[in-house]
Amino acid sequence: MRGRMLFAVQLLFTLLVAAFLIVPALLSMLAGVTVNYFRGIRSGLTLQWVAQVFELYPDTIGRSFLIAAAALVVTLLVGVPAAYALHVRGGRLARAIEEIITLPLAIPGLAIALALLLTYGGFGDFRRSWLFILAGHVVFTMPFMVRSVMAVFAAIDVKTLDEGAASLGASPLTRFLNVIVPNAKPGIIAGSLMVVTLSLGEFNLTWMLHTPLTKTLPVGLADSYASMRLEVASAYTLVFFVMIIPLLVAMQLFADRGAGRGARR
Amino acid sequence: MNGVAVQLQGCAKTYPNGTRALDPVILDVARGETLVFLGPSGCGKTTLLRIIAGLEQPDAGGRVLFNGADVTAVPIERRNVGMVFQSYALFPNMNVADNIGYGMKIRGVDRAERRARIAELVALTGIEGLENRRIDQLSGGQRQRVALARAVAVRPSVLLLDEPLTALDAGLRERLRGELDRLLRMLGITTVYVTHDQAEAMALGDRVVVMRNGAIAQIGRPRDIYFAPASRFVAEFIGAANILEGDYADGVLNLSGGKLPVDCGAPAGAVIAIIRPESIGVVAPDQAALCGRVDSVSFIGARQRLSVSGAVDKAVLVDAPNAIEIKAGDRIGLRIDPGAVRLLPRDRS
Amino acid sequence: MHHGAPAKPERANDMSLRTFIYLCALPLAIVVTAFFVLPMTRLMVVGGTGDLGVGAYAQILLDARYRATLINTVSLAAATTAATLAIATIAALFLQRHSFAGRAVLIALLTFPLAFPGVVVGFMIILLAGRQGLIGDITAALFGEKWVFAYSIGGLFLGYLYFSIPRVILTIMAAIEKLDPILEEAARALGAGPWAVHRDVILPALKPAFIASGAIAFATAMGAFGTAFTLATNIDVLPMLIYSEFTLSANIAMAAALSVGLGVVAWAVLALARSVGGGTVAAAG
Repeated sequence: MRGRMLFAVQLLFTLLVAAFLIVPALLSMLAGVTVNYFRGIRSGLTLQWVAQVFELYPDTIGRSFLIAAAALVVTLLVGVPAAYALHVRGGRLARAIEEIITLPLAIPGLAIALALLLTYGGFGDFRRSWLFILAGHVVFTMPFMVRSVMAVFAAIDVKTLDEGAASLGASPLTRFLNVIVPNAKPGIIAGSLMVVTLSLGEFNLTWMLHTPLTKTLPVGLADSYASMRLEVASAYTLVFFVMIIPLLVAMQLFADRGAGRGARR
Repeated sequence: MNGVAVQLQGCAKTYPNGTRALDPVILDVARGETLVFLGPSGCGKTTLLRIIAGLEQPDAGGRVLFNGADVTAVPIERRNVGMVFQSYALFPNMNVADNIGYGMKIRGVDRAERRARIAELVALTGIEGLENRRIDQLSGGQRQRVALARAVAVRPSVLLLDEPLTALDAGLRERLRGELDRLLRMLGITTVYVTHDQAEAMALGDRVVVMRNGAIAQIGRPRDIYFAPASRFVAEFIGAANILEGDYADGVLNLSGGKLPVDCGAPAGAVIAIIRPESIGVVAPDQAALCGRVDSVSFIGARQRLSVSGAVDKAVLVDAPNAIEIKAGDRIGLRIDPGAVRLLPRDRS
Repeated sequence: MHHGAPAKPERANDMSLRTFIYLCALPLAIVVTAFFVLPMTRLMVVGGTGDLGVGAYAQILLDARYRATLINTVSLAAATTAATLAIATIAALFLQRHSFAGRAVLIALLTFPLAFPGVVVGFMIILLAGRQGLIGDITAALFGEKWVFAYSIGGLFLGYLYFSIPRVILTIMAAIEKLDPILEEAARALGAGPWAVHRDVILPALKPAFIASGAIAFATAMGAFGTAFTLATNIDVLPMLIYSEFTLSANIAMAAALSVGLGVVAWAVLALARSVGGGTVAAAG
C-alpha cells in the first residue's frame, strides 16, 4: 500500500533526524558517568568525573546562577515598566525603540562583546567583575522579556483595563502595580523563563567578556572540551543539562497551558 | 442533460469519536437533476455531500454509484466532480485565470485550449476584466463566481455546491441566487446543492431533500413539500405554518375554537392540522366558524401578517392583503378553505 | 480600590500619565544606551580608525583572505539554511499530518536542543564524528576505517544543522497547523494528486514561514561562534576570523570593522525577510 510505505519512510526519516539530535546528548550524559568511555559501559558507572567537575570548576556553576538571577531581576525591573510604556505610547517612536532593543538578536554576540570591550575596557574594576558579563546578558535577554510582556498586553487589551482603573480614580503608579502587572503575569513568567535559560547558556558574548576570575558554566565547558578528557567534559555537560532541562520543560508546559487555555483542538 | 446519475445505497457516517452524523441514506439523483439538501445545521447535509464528493468515506456497507459504476473506493481526485465550497477555497497564490484553469492544468489540457475555455467561463459567469486579479482583490460575489467557473471548467460529472451563497449578505444573495438558477439550468449538469435557507432550496431545486438529525425527513418537489409536508418538522421548517391540534372524524376537524370542514382523506383520530398563513382569509366575525382578536399587525412587504388570538388555543398567523384595513384589537373571522388544510396523525412528530 | 471624597487638587494625579510613562521607559533607555547604542557606535568608529582608516570596511571585499573567509561563511550559512529547510519541512509535514503513539515524545526530542549553546553543539558533533566518535566506531566496524570529520567543514556544517533544525521545525510546524485544509480539498476536487497538492497549495502557503525561519537560520549561522570555536583548528569562518584578529593579532580596528560588517549583513537579511514574510517565528534565543 503506497500510503503505508510513504508513512514508514517519513517516520524513518524523522526518527533519523531525532536520533542525530538526541544520540550525542545521551552519549554525553552516559559518558559523564562511565569509568572509561573508550571501553564503554562495561567499565562501570561512577560519579568520580562529576566530582572532578565540582573540584575543577566550582565557581562557574554558582556564577552562572548568580548572573542569570541578576539578569532576571534587571530585565524585570527595567523591562516590564518599559513594555508598559511602549505599549501604551504606541506610535512610530515606540516601534523604533522596539526595533533598537531587538537589534542585539540580529547582531552576533561577538560584535556586541567587542563593542562593550572597546567602550568599557578601560574601567578596570567594572571590566574585571561579573557585572561586566551581566551587562552583556541584560542587553541580549531584554528584548525577550519586553516582547513577551508586550504580547500579553496586546492580547488582553491592557489599555481598556488601564482606562477602567483610571476612571475609578487610581493613580498611574497604583494602576501599574495593582492592575497592569498582575494581568501581565503570563508574559512575565514566559519572559522570565526565557531570560534565565538564555543567560545560563550564553557563550558568544560571555567568552569575549570573561576573565579567568569571572568564568561562567558555558565558558568552563569550552575550556573542558579543549583540555579535559572526554569523561570530564561529558560530566560537566551533564551538570549543564541537569540545570537547563527543568527550565526547558517548564517553558514547554507553560506554553502548552497558555495554548490550551485558548482553544482545545 | 449532462453529467451522471448518482445513487447512494445505505450510506451512513459515524465519526471516530462516536458521533453519528448520518443514518443510512438511500437516494437517487437523476441525470441532469438539481437536488437540494435542506436542513438546519448539524442535520448531516454537508456530510452527505462530502460522501458524494469522495472527501468522506461512508461507513462499511455504504456505496456511492455514478451511472451505475461503484465509485465508493475512488478518491475525490479521480471522481471528476466540480465542487464549490462555502468559503470558496480559491488559491491565494494564483490569479483568477489560473484558479479557473487549475483543473485543466492538472489534466494536461494544452495552454491554448485552456485559455479558450477560461475565456468562455469568464463570459458565462460575468467576470470579464478580472482575469489577472489576485484573489484578495475580489469582492465576495466575484469570488463566488470564480469558484463556480473553476468547478465547471473541467466539465464535471456532478456539480456539488456547499452553501455557496451563505457567506454573502442578503441583497447580494438574492441577486446571485437568480443568476445561479439560470446558470445551473443552462449547464444542465447533475447538481447537488446544500443549504439551510429554505427559500433558496425552493427556488433552485428540482427536488428538495429535507434532512434532520442525520436522516431524511422528506423528499419531493418544492411544491409538494410546501403544500404536503410529511411531518410537523418539515411543515415548520419550510415557510410559516400554523400547527393546530384537534380531532378529525367524518370530514370535520374539531378544533378548540370551533369546527372546520376539511377536504382531506386522513384516518380519524387525534391529528395536527397544518394551515399556511396565506390560506386563511379575513372575514367579518359572524361569517366564520372561527374568530378571534388581532394582537399584532406586521407589514412584511407583499402582505400584512396578523397574529390572532382567541380563535383556537394558541395564536394563529394570518397573511392578509395590504388593502384591508386592520389594526390591533379588531375582532375578525377566519375563513379557511377546506382544501388548504393538511392533516397528520398527532403521534408523528 | 477606594477613592475618597473629591481629592485635594495638589494630590490628584501628582504624576500625570505622560510623566509616569516616561519614567517607566527611562531605565530601559539608560541601559540600552549605555550598554548597546554607545558601544556599537564606538565599534563603528573604531572600525574606521586603524591604519587603513575607513577603508578597512572595504577590506572585507578587497583583501583576498578576508574575501575567501566571507565566501566560506556565506556558502556555509546558505547550505545550512537550504538543508535545514528541506529536512525540517519533511519532518514537520509528517508530524503535523499524522497522529501516532509517541508523537509528542518525538516532537519533544526534536525541539529539545533549542537552548543548547554553540559550544555544547560542538561537543555533540565531537561525540558523533570526533576521534572517539560514534560514527567513527560504526564505520570502523563496517568498513575497517574510522571516519573522523568533526574538525572539518563537514563537521561544522553538521553542527550548524544541529542548532538550526529544532528552531525551524517549530516554526514550520506552527505554520502547517495554520494551513486551511479546505484549500487542499479544493485542489483534490479539481483532480490534483498528493504531489500536485504539495506543489501548488501547501508549499506556496508555507512560503512566509520558509522566508522567516530561513532568514533566522542564515543569520544565526553567519554569526555562530561557539560551535566553530569548539571544533576549532582550520575552519575559516568570519566569526573565527574576527576572534583571531582581536585576540591573536591585536588588530582591533580590523576586528571592529569586520564585526560591524557581520552585524550589518545579519541585520539586513533579517530585515529583508521580515518585510517580505511578516513575523511568523518561534521566538527562542
